[in-house]
Amino acid sequence: MVEALTSGHHGVLWLVPLLPFAAAGLLALLPDKRGRLASLVVIGALAGSLVVAACALIGVLHPADGGGVMRSASSFVWFAIGDEPLRIGLLLDPLGAGMGAMVAFVALLILLYSRGYMADDRRFGRFFTFLSLFCGAMLLAVYSNSLLLLFVAWELVGLASYLLIGFYFKKPAAAAAAQKAFITTRIGDMAFFIGMIWLNSRAGTLLFYDGGNGLLESGALASLAGATTFGGITLSAAASLLILIGAMGKSGQVPLHTWLPDAMEGPTPVSALIHAATMVAAGVFLVARTHPIFAVGGEAGIALAATAWIGAITALYASLVAVAQHDIKRILAYSTVSQLGFMMVALGTGGVAAAMLHLVAHALFKALLFLSAGSVIHGCGGEQDIRRMGGLRKAMPLTFATYAVGMMALSGFPFVFSGFWSKEAVFHSAKSWPGGNGPFLLVVLAACLTAFYMTRQALLVFFGTPRDPRIHAHESPLPMTLPLVVLATATMLLSLVGTPAWPWFERWLDGTRAAFDPAALTKPGTTGLIVLSLVIVTAGVTAAWRVYGITAPRDASAPDPLASKTGRLWRVFEHAMSFNALYRKAVIGPLAFIAGGIDALERMVFHRSMANGERILKDVGRSAGRIDESAINPGFDRLCGGIEHQASSTSKSQSGRPQAGLRAIGLATAACIALYLWLSSR
Amino acid sequence: MNPLALLLVLSSVLFALGLLAVLTRRNAILVLVGVELMLNAANINFIAFWRYGPPDPQLNGPIFVLFSIAIAAAEAAVGLAIILMACRHLRSTDMNRLDSLHG
Repeated sequence: MVEALTSGHHGVLWLVPLLPFAAAGLLALLPDKRGRLASLVVIGALAGSLVVAACALIGVLHPADGGGVMRSASSFVWFAIGDEPLRIGLLLDPLGAGMGAMVAFVALLILLYSRGYMADDRRFGRFFTFLSLFCGAMLLAVYSNSLLLLFVAWELVGLASYLLIGFYFKKPAAAAAAQKAFITTRIGDMAFFIGMIWLNSRAGTLLFYDGGNGLLESGALASLAGATTFGGITLSAAASLLILIGAMGKSGQVPLHTWLPDAMEGPTPVSALIHAATMVAAGVFLVARTHPIFAVGGEAGIALAATAWIGAITALYASLVAVAQHDIKRILAYSTVSQLGFMMVALGTGGVAAAMLHLVAHALFKALLFLSAGSVIHGCGGEQDIRRMGGLRKAMPLTFATYAVGMMALSGFPFVFSGFWSKEAVFHSAKSWPGGNGPFLLVVLAACLTAFYMTRQALLVFFGTPRDPRIHAHESPLPMTLPLVVLATATMLLSLVGTPAWPWFERWLDGTRAAFDPAALTKPGTTGLIVLSLVIVTAGVTAAWRVYGITAPRDASAPDPLASKTGRLWRVFEHAMSFNALYRKAVIGPLAFIAGGIDALERMVFHRSMANGERILKDVGRSAGRIDESAINPGFDRLCGGIEHQASSTSKSQSGRPQAGLRAIGLATAACIALYLWLSSR
Repeated sequence: MNPLALLLVLSSVLFALGLLAVLTRRNAILVLVGVELMLNAANINFIAFWRYGPPDPQLNGPIFVLFSIAIAAAEAAVGLAIILMACRHLRSTDMNRLDSLHG
């Protein structure tokens, strides 16, 4: 199967996205009552996808024979407009294979967890149908060899996320969050779509790799970089910026990030899936996939610089906001926004491998954190406010252990956690960027804050004493804790392949072999960054310990210790720097104003003319009625009266007495006989 | 006058009397009696034509009359049942009050 996958005939590779799609299609026909069966079908389909994706990963583990990246692309004509065929196909290379295997692996664990978490939900089967659609769409995006196919899958991801965020659609907040996610990402999608059409019109193809004629190969890149458009920027840069806007919408980058924290309204497994594997990773993956178009304008060109700066600003902004949140899932949501900023910084500063390493590491530990948070919420009877928790370490030991692994990986605790090395790779990429030191400094600050807010959350949730006597926490059942253990193990194992001593993951994406070289750790630049990472984590954790560990709030109503010291600044961050209020004023306000104006216009012009027309029609009708009453009705009435009178006088002759009838019959018979006799006698 | 002609006169008189009763009596039971008279006038005709007509060893006339009498009995039962119901409904046997079909 491995040879079949890498030979360029991608019949088997199609199975990876098609199995979950088929499962979703099948389950859409099943009644909701068969929820258990539905979950088994979906888990089976995704397990099949994982097997094929793992084989695909094995197929591209080694560099190609002649050196370079092992890559096999296929394509076929989907449809033709006139003489111009639109071709789509699949692509198997380390970038997609690694991502696809990660998506299938994390999604499968989340599905297993959902069987426990959603067990009491009446629409269990529907939930799994949507999850299956979600996973299938993401897997299709990962393996597609065409920007068009990727766009189709991208939109399917958006649709599935809409359905799942709004899964509790009877809750108004959930319905609003689903719409917000859909509309906000739609702004980015529109830019992506325009960029795609533009690329197609200039390059004549949307295939990524096509034996030298693909979009990401030297011929098309040179022609895109050579053409200039408005403002003197190259076409490649303009298209890159449009694609970047699409990625910003999907990956929750400032200023299109507002939907992501609200997406917490969905069930917790959905949050885990969105934040780890399927939704937000799609934006980073898109930039990583189309990185050659970004990079053709130079290492510090406008497209890459924009990516780096947006990522850096997002990373710092979201980590500042996360410090001041008190919903356990909302903190994790802002940390996702922040970590996606890290990935964008790595992409913008040329470190595609660093970004992908951080993406895979983040997917594992963020899924772990969300599922652990789901376990905490489940154990606390639906409570999400960390100010009411506390001391859960003893009640939920297993969840505490797995949560601690995820938290340390996200904070960047040294050496055995993947987050430390992936963050170090991001620093390395940002530090060596020729475009300036700004993004580097911002992400360093953001990393320090990450350690701070994650320690704060861990201290408030698991340490200290229980602050709300109404919460009786208990450990979650095995179907929920088992995926947590698996993810925690994977998070720690991943740290083996991303260290500077053996940078297997990064070399693999570049198509070269990595040698084990412990001396690389002591190179001046690398050592400095490792020390810097250590200092950052220590600073963040210590600061959080001093604020929340020593002077822990005693009860749920006590104000945050930091809030009293920072005052107004705290409230600014608590409200996420008022982006929502800003949009309400700057976007929704004017739109509502225009709509109100149109409404008034409608009332004044159309409504009035309609009212006049109505009055004319009423008058016509009323006069017609009068003619009818005065002229037509009396004549008709008289005719009817005459007929009635005639009929009643005729019916008077019918007495109804039987003997009268008999008499008539008798006379008639006698008359008939007389006539007969008379006629026969002639 | 031969016997056949006398019998035919008898049956005609009987028929006319029956018809008179049917058409003029107010009492429903007497109307039914009139019907029976008319029926028996017809029976006399059967017997008369059989007795004085061509020889008939198969006794067609009397057998016909026997059937006719049986049918008359059945018909009388039906007629009496109808009269009984009408009588219950109207609390009288007056034919003139059976006029709910009047115009």
